[in-house]
Amino acid sequence: MRLLSLAQAIEEYVPDGACVALEGFTHLIPFAAGHEIIRRGRRDLHLVRMTPDLIYDQMIGMGCASRLTFSWGGNPGVGSLHRLRDAIENGWPGPLAIDEHTHAGLAAAYCAGAARLPFGMLRGYIGTDLVAANPRIRSVECPFTGERLAAVPAMNPDVTILHAQRADRAGNVALHGIVGAQREAALAARTLLVTVEEIVEALPPAMNSIVLPHWVVTAIAHCPGGAYPAYAQGYYGRDNAFYQRWDAIARDRDSFRAWMQHHVLGTADHGAFLASLGGCE
Amino acid sequence: MSDCTRDEMMTVAAARLLWDRCVCFVGIGLPSAACNVARLTHAPGIVLIYESGTIGTRPDVLPLSIGDGELAETATCVVPLPEIFGYYLQSGRVDVGFLGAAQIDRHGNLNSTVIGPYAAPRTRLPGAGGAPEIAAHAGQTFVMLKATPRSFVPKLDFCTSAGFLDGPGARERAGARGAGPKAVITDFGILRPHPRTAELQLTTLYPGVTVAEAKSAVGWALSVAADVDVLAAPTPAELETLRALHARTRAAHARAVPLPV
Repeated sequence: MRLLSLAQAIEEYVPDGACVALEGFTHLIPFAAGHEIIRRGRRDLHLVRMTPDLIYDQMIGMGCASRLTFSWGGNPGVGSLHRLRDAIENGWPGPLAIDEHTHAGLAAAYCAGAARLPFGMLRGYIGTDLVAANPRIRSVECPFTGERLAAVPAMNPDVTILHAQRADRAGNVALHGIVGAQREAALAARTLLVTVEEIVEALPPAMNSIVLPHWVVTAIAHCPGGAYPAYAQGYYGRDNAFYQRWDAIARDRDSFRAWMQHHVLGTADHGAFLASLGGCE
Repeated sequence: MSDCTRDEMMTVAAARLLWDRCVCFVGIGLPSAACNVARLTHAPGIVLIYESGTIGTRPDVLPLSIGDGELAETATCVVPLPEIFGYYLQSGRVDVGFLGAAQIDRHGNLNSTVIGPYAAPRTRLPGAGGAPEIAAHAGQTFVMLKATPRSFVPKLDFCTSAGFLDGPGARERAGARGAGPKAVITDFGILRPHPRTAELQLTTLYPGVTVAEAKSAVGWALSVAADVDVLAAPTPAELETLRALHARTRAAHARAVPLPV
């Protein structure tokens, strides 16, 4: 485990063309890391996330991605992700190939990836046209009962990036609250980067909570507020009003680009990004 | 129904279909409101599960997203996502699943993926999320969807989630274990599957709504049950509970969140 600045971590471990999963189901979404990828102008990424959320709307709109694997692509409780829609419907700013799943299917793909099994299995995709739309969704026969079950290829990202509440000095990472498929996405990855709210001397004993032990963690960056406008349980709440405002910002290509220029490309790091919102939001 | 909106009538109609201690997989929006009204009125022991992994949650305000902190803080427990879909949903431990969609057909199949062809959609919708597995594995599903001829269509542009597929027995043959869409709660009344044909038919109207209005809101020739009942208007307690919930929710979502600096 290495302790790096976020900029160093992205520079070193996220090259153009990589398969990258920034996970976090509504909670603990690694916004700061996504913004750093945008600042560094990464291109041709294969992005993976169950719920692309605003962070992938921003990365797709800024031209970072050529492929997206996902299972639900909306702005939760608000409506569309307009940049994602523009990419799929109109190929703007470039074509985006999609590999579409259900939540249960992509979760099974991460579980298989974490265990280094070749595929995940589920009683899923029953009666859905997704099977015809996505050739990666197939079926297997149970060798014991003969039942047909859905199969999806294991998901093993080159890099998984998470945001977590705490790490200790040794590099053990602890997260709590809604934990989505973060543990599975982390263990499925070849490289694991984690941004954290806080680095502490020692984590409290927590036999059954989610801890990613130091030797599975490639690098940690200290990044307070790194999930904003999503949230970090125990640190700050989800900015639901921002999620609602994003609808109007992202609906139009020019207002989207102006916002990204001002708040992301025009800021040096996440601290400056947050400061830029203080004045005008 | 003079003093309540159609949204409120829909929400109360859905809430009344839930029973105390039932285990319910909740979606965001109208279903979330309906489930919490049920919990705050006649079904205090209802177990609400949101797909973000929160089990037995008792939120004071409705969540904007499926994973707001409020849901985790008020839950009996919070489990990882592979667990909620594997150990709870696919294992058959959920009684009722709520679903919405952009389109529904006469057999209760749902489209939440695209309008137009999949490869070149006119409108790209958010997609499946948890819906296909909820549709297959919940003991039964309730669909909440406002009716227009554009949403209640003769043929879906894309089948995201299975209702009764092409008719009686089809979902069982496809491997679905739950009983499928047992009620479609619209803004004019409730449709239920015909026990023999599995085609949705009008069984319940809201007060003041006519059969003609229901038929004109649906894009196929809607069949009408022999006995159509009229649902009682919301009680003062139901309306008060729902409106207070929405008022708390609006205030909470508009509240400025301090930036984490």
